[in-house]
Amino acid sequence: MDKFEQAFNEIIEKDLKVEPRDWMPEKYRKTLIRQISQHAHSEVIGMQPEGNWLLRAPSLRSKQVLLAKIQDEAGHGLYLYSVAETLGISRQEMNEQLHSGEAKYSSIFNYPTLTWADMGAVGWLVDGAAIVNQVSLQRTSYGPYSRGMVRICKEESFHQRQGYEIMVQMANGTPEQKEMAQDALNRFWEPSLMMFGPHDADSAHSSQSMEWKIKRESNDHLRQRFIDRTVPQAHYLGLTIPDENLKFNEETGHWETSPFNWDEFWNVVNGNGPCNRERLDHHKKAHHDNAWVREAAAAYAAKTETSVA
Amino acid sequence: MESGDRSWEVFIQKKPGLSFKHVGNCHGYDKKMAVQNARDLYTRRGEGRALWVVPTEAIVSVPLDNADAFFDPSEDKAYRHATFYKIPDGVSHL
Repeated sequence: MDKFEQAFNEIIEKDLKVEPRDWMPEKYRKTLIRQISQHAHSEVIGMQPEGNWLLRAPSLRSKQVLLAKIQDEAGHGLYLYSVAETLGISRQEMNEQLHSGEAKYSSIFNYPTLTWADMGAVGWLVDGAAIVNQVSLQRTSYGPYSRGMVRICKEESFHQRQGYEIMVQMANGTPEQKEMAQDALNRFWEPSLMMFGPHDADSAHSSQSMEWKIKRESNDHLRQRFIDRTVPQAHYLGLTIPDENLKFNEETGHWETSPFNWDEFWNVVNGNGPCNRERLDHHKKAHHDNAWVREAAAAYAAKTETSVA
Repeated sequence: MESGDRSWEVFIQKKPGLSFKHVGNCHGYDKKMAVQNARDLYTRRGEGRALWVVPTEAIVSVPLDNADAFFDPSEDKAYRHATFYKIPDGVSHL
């Protein structure tokens, strides 16, 4: 083992942070790029299902709030692209990988948002699940990723509360509104649980990532934390978790659920979800349609190189 | 990186009188776009009232494998700290 590898191992062992200029194993770098770019793409693609309701928000207040939330998601995507760039990949390359299908994003965003209650369910469940994962990632071993997570977590809690507020309004509204809230929960419950990824035993990248402290807690552990937090929140709303086997285990203090439909999960991961094609096509279209803006900006910058902002 | 697109390091001053702190980076084709992007990315919640952007390539840093030797001169100079000196009892304001 050379002195660089030794220094790296020591950083991991002592729970310090690896910084961009430090030596790191090639596989550590690659794993981080894969995970962080996937995370960044998820934030960016995640704007689409919410953007769907921007022009149909039921009040000016809810429209303002939704707009602010979508702007945050864009910001989170950019923080994460910046983090990945410190590992030696460019933003352009990441975009190309997204468009070619080489890079993935979270499957949850391949589900459609059919009613206004879905804006509630997305904020409450999808952002809620993301927060559980991201809070844990604040302790990741790569310094820039960890600092990005701290910043994101600070902003993300507004998203979850915004979502829950919509759920409270819908659940206490007319019978039709309550039905919409229940329907949104029915559709987003299992996909949200699957956001944590495959079971620990079936997770291809997990154990090495845990050893390198890229991930700090296992998929199943994080998922259970989310379930335990969310079930009482659903009960408060007077809604039913769509799982007839859901029960509280007095001994362990945890909520137990039915096995998930993993075929559905892999089907969506492999590109056959309800909106996979639409999401990617929309991203490509926006990128290509805006090519002239990038060209104009480059031409303007070249002409005004010496200008002061 | 796409032609013309540049990376900028962003520094924010939280309140007048405090030092500027590095917060991350942003992209921009020119200075004006860089400060606007930095504002939209890092100050959406009143994080600061003043902001610098510096082209990333303008940052010079000490190579890490050289850090021990580079910072070594300050390691053995305890007399640079106020606590190094003994002041007799009864003397105040020192």
